[in-house]
Amino acid sequence: MDFSWITEFASELVRGVGITLALLLLSGLFGFILAIMVALGRVSSNCLLAGSMRAYSSLFRGTPLLVQIYILYYGVGSLFASYPLIRGSALWPYLREGFWYVCLALILSVGAYVGEVLRGGLRAVPRGELEAGRAYGMGRWLLLRRVWLPRTLQILKPTLAGESIMLLKSTALASTVAVTDLLGAANLVRAQSLRVYEPLLAVALIYISLAFLIEYGFSRFAKQPQRLA
Amino acid sequence: MSLPEFSQLFITDGWLLALLQGAVITLQISAGAFLLGLGIGLVVALIKLKGSRWMVGLANCYTTLYRAVPELLLILLLYYAGTDLLNALLAEAGQSSVQVNGFIAAVLVLGIVQGAYSAEIIRGAILAIPFGQIEAARSFGVERLLLLRRIILPSMLPYAMGGLSNLWLVLIKDSALISVVGYSELLSVGKQAAGSTKHYLVFYLAVAACYFLMTLLSNLVFQLIERHSNRWMPKH
Repeated sequence: MDFSWITEFASELVRGVGITLALLLLSGLFGFILAIMVALGRVSSNCLLAGSMRAYSSLFRGTPLLVQIYILYYGVGSLFASYPLIRGSALWPYLREGFWYVCLALILSVGAYVGEVLRGGLRAVPRGELEAGRAYGMGRWLLLRRVWLPRTLQILKPTLAGESIMLLKSTALASTVAVTDLLGAANLVRAQSLRVYEPLLAVALIYISLAFLIEYGFSRFAKQPQRLA
Repeated sequence: MSLPEFSQLFITDGWLLALLQGAVITLQISAGAFLLGLGIGLVVALIKLKGSRWMVGLANCYTTLYRAVPELLLILLLYYAGTDLLNALLAEAGQSSVQVNGFIAAVLVLGIVQGAYSAEIIRGAILAIPFGQIEAARSFGVERLLLLRRIILPSMLPYAMGGLSNLWLVLIKDSALISVVGYSELLSVGKQAAGSTKHYLVFYLAVAACYFLMTLLSNLVFQLIERHSNRWMPKH
C-alpha cells in the first residue's frame, strides 16, 4: 500500500468529487420533481395517465441503469451526430458531453424509483387529514402543498435517505461514458500512477463518507415538525 | 430501419442468437451470485443475531460498508484486487499465476455484494418470526441445526420473500456492471454488436428489451413462489 500519489493527484480527486456532487444534486432535484409528477399521475383517477406512468416506471425499473445510459449516450448520441444540423448547432458541445446524458438518465431513473416510493407515501397519508383540509376550504393545490406532500415526505424520510444513497452510488456509472466523476478520477489516477487499487480504495473511502454525510443531513435537517412543538 | 434490414441484422448475421446466449449467461451469473449471496447473508444474519460482540461488529462493518460503496467500484476493486491476491498467494505457495475464470469471478464479486443486502433482509425476517414458535420447538428438545432447518428457515420465508425478490431484480440489473470488466454477458454482447455494426441505438434497445423481459418473467415466477410460501400465513 502506497498512498504517496495522493498529493500529486489531489486536484483530480477534488474535481471528481465536484462532478459527482453536481450529478447528485442536479439529478436529485429534477428527478424528485419528476417523481412527484409520476406519483400524482399514478394515484390519479384518469386511467390513461395512471397507466402511462405505470408503464414508464416499470420500464425504467426493469432495465439496468447502465443500459439506459448507453442507450442515451451511444444510441441517441450517435443519432444526433448523424444530423449535420445538430452537429453544427451551438448546442453540440453540450450534446457531446457524457455528463448531460448521465444526468438525464439519472433524472429519469430517480423519477421512476422515487415516484414509486412517493406513490406508497401518498396513499399512506390518513384520509381524515385530507378531509380535514378540505373541510377548511383548501383548494386542491393548497391541500397538496400544505398537507398532502409534507405529510408524505415526513412518512417517507428514512426511505428517501436510502434512495439518496442509492443515487450517490448510481452516479458512479458516469465513469463508464468518460465522465471524470469520482470513480472516473480514480481510473485516471490508476492509469497515470500505475497503482492498481490504492486509488480505488481511497475513492471508496470518499464515497463512504459522502454516504454518511447524506445520512447525517437527513437526520439533522429533516426533523419532524410535530416533535419540536 | 426497414424490416428486411432488421432481419438481416438479427437473424442472418446471428446477433439475435448471440444476445440470447448472453442473456442465458446473465441468468447463470445472477443465479450463482444469488445463491452465494443467500449463503453469505444467512451466515452473516445468524452472526448478527447470535454471535460474540466482535463478530457482530465485523458483520456490521461488512453490511454497512458494502451497502455504502457503489457496486461498480466494488466490482472493479474485488475483480482486480481478488485476482492479484490469488496470484500473490499462489506465488507464495510456489505455483505459477493463473488467469481467473471470468464467470467464477463475476459470481463471487456479485455474490459478496449481494450478501450484505440479503443479510439485512434475512435478519429482519428471522426477527419477525413469533418467538413462541422457536420456544415451542426448543421445549420439544429440537437441536440447534434442526431448529434452523425445520423451524426458522421455513417460517422466516414469507417475511423474507418480498425483500429477496426485489434483491433478485436488483441482481439481474447489477450483473450488467460485469460488462465493464469484460466478461461476455448480455450487455457485453450488445456492446460488441453495437460496435461492429454501428447500430448503437438498435442494439442497446434490444439489450434493454432482453433485461425487461427477464425482470417481467422473474416477477411472475416470484408471485407464484410468494403465493406458495404464504399459503399458511393468516389472511387479513
